[in-house]
Amino acid sequence: MFAIDLLEPYGFQFFRNGLVVATIAGALCGLLGVFVVLRGMSYIGHGLSHAVFGGAAASAVLQINFFIGAGIWGIVSGVLIARVSRRRVIGADAAIGVVTTASFALGLALMNRYGQASKSIEAVLFGSVLGVKVGDIIAVSAVAMLALAVIMLTYRKLLFSTFDPDVAQVSGVRVSLVEAMLLALLSLTILVTMRVIGTLLISALLVIPAASARLTTNSFSRMLWIAPLIGGVTCFVGMNLSYFLDTSASATIILLDALVFIIAYATAGARSRIRMASLGHL
Amino acid sequence: MDVQSLITCEHVSCTYGNSAVVEDTYLQIGRGEFVGIVGPSGSGKTTLLKAIMGTHPVAHGSITLQQHITIGYVPQVETVDWYFPVTVEEVIVMTRSRTTWWPRITADERAAVRDVLGKLGIADVAQRHIRELSGGQQQRVFLARAMFRNPDILIMDEPTSGVDVRTRHEILHLLADLHASGLTILLTTHDLNGLAAHLPRLVCFNKTVIADGNPREVLTSQVLEATYGAPMEVLEHGGMPIVVEHGPTRVRGEGK
Repeated sequence: MFAIDLLEPYGFQFFRNGLVVATIAGALCGLLGVFVVLRGMSYIGHGLSHAVFGGAAASAVLQINFFIGAGIWGIVSGVLIARVSRRRVIGADAAIGVVTTASFALGLALMNRYGQASKSIEAVLFGSVLGVKVGDIIAVSAVAMLALAVIMLTYRKLLFSTFDPDVAQVSGVRVSLVEAMLLALLSLTILVTMRVIGTLLISALLVIPAASARLTTNSFSRMLWIAPLIGGVTCFVGMNLSYFLDTSASATIILLDALVFIIAYATAGARSRIRMASLGHL
Repeated sequence: MDVQSLITCEHVSCTYGNSAVVEDTYLQIGRGEFVGIVGPSGSGKTTLLKAIMGTHPVAHGSITLQQHITIGYVPQVETVDWYFPVTVEEVIVMTRSRTTWWPRITADERAAVRDVLGKLGIADVAQRHIRELSGGQQQRVFLARAMFRNPDILIMDEPTSGVDVRTRHEILHLLADLHASGLTILLTTHDLNGLAAHLPRLVCFNKTVIADGNPREVLTSQVLEATYGAPMEVLEHGGMPIVVEHGPTRVRGEGK
């Protein structure tokens, strides 16, 4: 009886679609989140998702394809951030702040002005994991496969340029190309996952699983499978929980991620204390 | 460029924004030389190194490197993220990023890492996380990473910064051995007595070359005052120049 109840949501196609796409999206964000966290790029992930919101809003108002509108907007925002920050007069963080908040504000203004498009815009803002279409599953899966392939093939370059970009460049790694590639993957990820978990929560999924993974291991390669595992499992469990608790799917997922982080943080602290205590006996 | 010259800087100027940090600099580094660049903080030493390595743009002039030379670079340890999740072995193998795409460390690479670490006297630290190393071991690991490329020239930025006297001696002896084996070394340092005075060639630098030559010729009160903008006395001990700084006032404690 209990098992039948647990399987109840699986009778709905919309739930099955949402579960598949959320799990893949969680794993994808977890994977890229490793680089976001280790490079101190959390603000870029957060900023880009907000910037793309402007493009998503414009796409909804102009009734053009979401991926084309938001994608072009994301690329333009990325180029603007890179150009402004390269002048060094203001830092990259300030450049991200200016470009992305302006873009986000434009999205909000469009939402206010053209009420008829607001439903679609809200879906981008808060996520609509239960309104997932087959196209979303294909898009998220394709980007996940691409990210996996790129990270496999450029693993050493990514690791070197993340750890020590100056020496990587001296050693012949084209650091700017690696960074551009990573930024492009990040933009693509934000683009295909934003309709699933929403702009406001996407940055959390890019940061929390990777941060939790960092607390559990001192190995970069292990982080690369622990973070996607946490992202994927929390999305899977969060989706199921949200059905039974009747709560927002994206909020439930992020709260679960936060819980995993708290456990990892507490465990890391306890491990550290035990280690210090054992050193004290030496 | 001279056949034996590895690096030739001619009239080199570099800027940060609108301010010049390196001005009209001429410097030539020959194969097999061991050269130290000394100067105050902000004098452009690190920028000059970065310009030589191609990681900082040259505003004016030219830097010519001998064709196909390999540079091994050891950055300041203060710039390293010691909390980054990597082991010593992973740090060293990183330098093969351009030539190998395979993510896993191969048995050959593992043996090569053991070999280079063994030569630097730290063969047992390969599997340790970088944060678990002592100051001397940290410097040696990054030296090992640079040596892993079989470089023609080793460029080091402040190799004795933040290390104790014993570690400084160890590093100096290690560099002397590497130089004796034929390696060209170019480094920057703040350490006039502990490191610079022991080098075969010294360049006093403050935005441009103030003096260039043997430490006994270069370490004079006039040159040091022109370089650092502060009076310094140079004594001699056992045939070595010793630089004595003249503090502005004596700091007096309470009590006696």
